[in-house]
Amino acid sequence: MMRANKQKTEIRRVLSVIVTNEDGVLSRISGLFAGRGYNIDSLTVAPVPETDFSRLTIVTCGNERVLEQIVKQLHKLIPTYKVIESGEFVEKEMALVKIPLNEDFNGLDAMLKAYNGTIANSGADFIVVMVADNAKRIDNFLQAIKKYNPTDMVRSGSVAMDV
Amino acid sequence: MDLNGSQMVIEALRRENVSVVFGYPGGAIMNVYDEVYKQNYFEHILTRHEQAAIHAADGYARASGDVGVAFVTSGPGFTNAVTGLANAYIDSIPMVVISGQVPISMIGTDAFQEIDAVGISRPCVKHNYLVKDAKDLPRILKEAFYIARSGRPGPVHVDIPKDVTAQVAKFSYPEKITMRTYKPTYKGNSRQIKKVVDAIANSNRPILYVGGGAVNSGASELVREFAKMTGIPAVETLMARGVLGDKNPLLMGMVGMHGCYSANMAMSEADLMIAFGPRFDDRVTGKLSEFAKHAKVIHVDIDPSSIGKIVDIDFPIVGDLKNVLIDMMPLAKDKIDSNKYQAWRDLLQRYDEIHPLEYSDDKGNIKPQWVIQRVGETLGEKAIISTDVGQHQMWTAQFYPFDRPRQFITSGGLGTMGFGFPAAIGVKKAKPEKISINITGDGSILMNIQELMTAYESKIPVINIILNNGYLGMVRQWQTFFYDKRYASTDLSNAQPDFVKLAESFGGLGFRVETKEEFDRALNEAVKSNVVCMIDVNVDRLEDVLPMVPAGGTLYNMILEYKG
Ligand SMILES: Cc1ncc(C[n+]2csc(CCOP(=O)(O)OP(=O)(O)O)c2C)c(N)n1
Ligand SMILES: [Mg+2]
Repeated sequence: MMRANKQKTEIRRVLSVIVTNEDGVLSRISGLFAGRGYNIDSLTVAPVPETDFSRLTIVTCGNERVLEQIVKQLHKLIPTYKVIESGEFVEKEMALVKIPLNEDFNGLDAMLKAYNGTIANSGADFIVVMVADNAKRIDNFLQAIKKYNPTDMVRSGSVAMDV
Repeated sequence: MDLNGSQMVIEALRRENVSVVFGYPGGAIMNVYDEVYKQNYFEHILTRHEQAAIHAADGYARASGDVGVAFVTSGPGFTNAVTGLANAYIDSIPMVVISGQVPISMIGTDAFQEIDAVGISRPCVKHNYLVKDAKDLPRILKEAFYIARSGRPGPVHVDIPKDVTAQVAKFSYPEKITMRTYKPTYKGNSRQIKKVVDAIANSNRPILYVGGGAVNSGASELVREFAKMTGIPAVETLMARGVLGDKNPLLMGMVGMHGCYSANMAMSEADLMIAFGPRFDDRVTGKLSEFAKHAKVIHVDIDPSSIGKIVDIDFPIVGDLKNVLIDMMPLAKDKIDSNKYQAWRDLLQRYDEIHPLEYSDDKGNIKPQWVIQRVGETLGEKAIISTDVGQHQMWTAQFYPFDRPRQFITSGGLGTMGFGFPAAIGVKKAKPEKISINITGDGSILMNIQELMTAYESKIPVINIILNNGYLGMVRQWQTFFYDKRYASTDLSNAQPDFVKLAESFGGLGFRVETKEEFDRALNEAVKSNVVCMIDVNVDRLEDVLPMVPAGGTLYNMILEYKG
């Protein structure tokens, strides 16, 4: 029986963690990940409207045993109210990309449309485009947008809602 | 009722029935000490180092089962306390530690004796608080005690800025507490309990693997009853020594790196492992892929994160062991036939006969194991035994006849040298009717030697028995086995204090022991003396702790004899 190494394969997982909105709670969570050697691909945090809770959306990866431990360790933190790991998530991530105006924008419009994108801002010699989509598709978008020679790209990390 | 922050601390401790606090004052916590001076609800013991204050509170908690309490000041006072917090955390010991902090207005300015205390303690405690307003103090202190003692127990750290200890606010101490986010599970799932009883009834070679959770849960009596009723043999971890009682014929002894041959073989050959509150420490399991590889595993634990952390569990039960056993007992009575395991018990008995726990006594040299057996024969149940860390600790675990839980006080998970003496001070405060013994080494005792002063001043008659081998013996043993006898920085024989004079200079009694007769006399006098004592026993220098599973080795493949 291979009980020592349950699942070698790395799995990506989105966790939605509801915690009391109090001092130091973010450091408890980031410290937990750092101290136990867990991965954080992205982490976003914001208050849950009309409550005294905050929601953290953590994208992490690891084998099955590690992911199980991450959930249990998160639960074990005193300010943790709920850890939502399974079920259906709507997951979205945002990206901002700055493109110099001297580029040929042929096809950019169609591309933005495909990724729920818009032009978020512009200046004398640049435009900033914004897209919102799931993390995998943001990867693809950022790959595709390279042909316009962007000068800057920023990703937000995922936010997720269970449905 | 309006109180200032310091008065609130005193009032909260009174309501939590705290009878003794260990601590050390300093600038940031002086307001609190001013109120300590004025009150007479609890006794304050001034240790001579903050680490010792925490270990003393820890020893108090281990011996009594109550929450241990300590006070320290900010900055170095707090950083000195960190080892004590980590030590209590990994062994799941309930404590509340209150530290002073610089005033709120100065936090973040690198003020004198400022350190980010909650930042440092976070990974070493069950929970911590930085108090920003005195009005929050009653709730925070109530929560601190509740969190420390409920669920899987652990230390809680409360950091209070100096201005908060002076700030006046309304004091109303919550009677009861409910926290939205923290609700330990006490009752085991009844369907799962039924399944577990069936699994036991269907097994042929079951083994009880009993850990520290059995002590924390107060389940020792039930574990004994369960073992007796079902006839299932048991092993104890270091933290569980005393749960089954050494006279118990079903006890196969301690398991793990320095466990008994029969206990480790029982784990290796079992077809069902019934884990009652252990944590599958690497010092117990050895190589994981070979650990109990024929067994299905049942794990009962109050901490869900402990279950499945190290090995896959076939039957997890989250709950308090005591409750789970109460639910299990009637089902087990109907379904489990103890006769079924007779052949299994006989086999383990035979293993024990083939390789019993033993040492070869010597006329000339005093063997360290002899000293421990002798203390056991002489004091037995009347003593509570603390230890430091090293060979002497393992020999104590192996050779002292522990009869009940909370009789053996030792630093398990962290392995903290310097723990024993202050812990034994705490033990004596918790159980004044018992004889408090610290079995220590010539290395370890020097790590909190200043506590001679505490023990003398506060009239706490701890008896330190130094198994003096002139070595950092446990490290020396590894050097012998695994480093070709290159004794790097472990030989202490050329530089030792005169322990007798040392004890005397602190107002205690010292004894040097070269023979067995001298030992008997010294122990007898020490017990009668009622003052802190040091018995410096010259033991065989090169004795090894055996048997031994090398780190990462397999339990069924122990070093039984060292052939140099
Ligand atoms: C604070 C601390 N430092 C270092 C160690 C590593 N260590 C483990 S056992 C040991 C030797 C202890 O020597 P002694 O107290 O004389 O006990 P003996 O093994 O000789 O019985 C050492 C150095 C430790 N456990 N704790
Ligand atoms: Mg030694």
